[in-house]
Amino acid sequence: MIPAPPLALSQSSDFVTACYIVAFSLFILGIRQGTHPRTARRGNLIAAAGMLVAIVVTLSLDVIGNGVLILIGILIGTAVGVIASTRVQMTQMPQMVALYNGVGGGAAALISWSEFRHATAGGASVPLDILVPILFSTVVGSVSFWGSNIAFGKLQDIVPSRPIQLPFQHIFNGLLLAAILAGCIVLGIDHDSPSQGLYIGVLIAAAVLGNLFVLPIGGADMPVVISLLNAFTGLAAAAAGFALDNVVLIVAGTLVGSSGTILTVEMSRAMNRSIGNLLFSGFGAVTTTGGEREERPVHSIGAEDAAIKLGYADSVVFVPGYGMAVAQAQHAVKELANELEKRGVHVAYAIHPVAGRMPGHMNVLLAEADVPYEQLEEMDEANSEMPQTDVAVVIGANDVTNPAAKDDPNSPIAGMPIIEVDQAREVIVIKRSLSPGFAGIDNDLFYKDNTSMLFSDAKGAASDIAAQVEEL
Amino acid sequence: MMSLITEITIFVLAAFVGFEVISKVPTTLHTPLMSQTNAIHGIVMLGGLIVIGYADDPLEKIIGVIAIAFGTINIVGGFMVTDRMLGMFRGRDRKPKQEAEAETVNPSEAGQ
Repeated sequence: MIPAPPLALSQSSDFVTACYIVAFSLFILGIRQGTHPRTARRGNLIAAAGMLVAIVVTLSLDVIGNGVLILIGILIGTAVGVIASTRVQMTQMPQMVALYNGVGGGAAALISWSEFRHATAGGASVPLDILVPILFSTVVGSVSFWGSNIAFGKLQDIVPSRPIQLPFQHIFNGLLLAAILAGCIVLGIDHDSPSQGLYIGVLIAAAVLGNLFVLPIGGADMPVVISLLNAFTGLAAAAAGFALDNVVLIVAGTLVGSSGTILTVEMSRAMNRSIGNLLFSGFGAVTTTGGEREERPVHSIGAEDAAIKLGYADSVVFVPGYGMAVAQAQHAVKELANELEKRGVHVAYAIHPVAGRMPGHMNVLLAEADVPYEQLEEMDEANSEMPQTDVAVVIGANDVTNPAAKDDPNSPIAGMPIIEVDQAREVIVIKRSLSPGFAGIDNDLFYKDNTSMLFSDAKGAASDIAAQVEEL
Repeated sequence: MMSLITEITIFVLAAFVGFEVISKVPTTLHTPLMSQTNAIHGIVMLGGLIVIGYADDPLEKIIGVIAIAFGTINIVGGFMVTDRMLGMFRGRDRKPKQEAEAETVNPSEAGQ
């Protein structure tokens, strides 16, 4: 076999590099425009333009061959991308993002595999500055692909969303990770003629690790997992850039890596848990201390009473949670908000960072229902206004409103920042039953004197109350 | 060919730029941010375009086609779904027709 020329040679022309610099500058500009809802859409187009520049330039490189295969790949990808992005419902965005994380990681791992085969073709020696990024991209990309598939399965209810713990799972995962690292080190030491078999072994072990690492994580911890896998995929792409000496891959991958890292840290902070704790303890499994829950009286009301409380209030804040997404209640909630606004009631929405199944999930649902973004309040802002709020309406949220996080140092969620609805003059909780939330703990909020429970599904309740408000 | 140290320099600087820019994105826009970064890591498709040029056995060709298809899904799907989502984020001044009456009630209290 003829040893192929090094891949990077053809990309080293100044013109190509200049185009790549333009491309990543457009990515950065695009993300910067994403800091405000008014400019974000334009920012997205700017980033897309950068992508177009990068692809067109790459297609004109002299290394490009197998044009028919490239066309096939692009056509398949475009068809799937168009169909998926136009059909997906906003409630399903977490699944979609999980899938996108997965295919990106999968692409990085596959490219590294191909690059490994190419670099070792004819028993050639592989320099370490190529081999190390190949191995990194292989392992991280593969973990991201398989982990994201499991995350998708859990969000789509194909895989049970409760934590699935195998015996000795942590020890096994630890050993698996150690074995992967050992395999990579051996490949690195043997970089004069790295073993194809060992490489495949590392690829498979990383796939198994990806599956096992997400399986024990419960549904409500998904915002963290999705963010982390997002970071992984970005870093895998950046590593592929190191292997291929491609500047735009390095910069773009690193930008995504930073984004995923920031979101991971913010999400775990919003749960007041360390990333290690989230990843290595199935939360739901730990805290099922339901036995001691005693019967306590609650104040139950109907849609009519709720309508009176809301219709005669000056200010109302809605606190949505995952239950609103499940019930697809965002449009009904907006309908209710419209009725209230007609009566001059000031309406806002208080959104906890981890409400829903991914960062910003609730905001997108409410935006879909035409809620103006000025009314979407972040936790700190909402909490500072809570004492001046007449009625807080909790819809499908539970743990993120539990005052035990502040009051009870022994609570499993102690210290977690919450939306302090108990500070509002009155609270209405729309919920189907008194069942505990994901953390498996009772919510003291339900038993407070100023709390009224409206036992119904979110969508029906919001519509009923809206109809009653209209008649006031 | 870039030297390793040049690549590490680029990586570190890009990480700082990334942290600076992305930490300014409000939580309201975190979902579109994620889907947009999904599209951006579709850049890995360029790697697929390059390696498939050298693919000389069926396995490498298959790997290459799948990698390109995956990357393209990211790019096309990511940018399109982000655009769709961001199109839904409207301010009070750009509300759709049927809510025009609701808007007149108390526009002064917007966005506090």
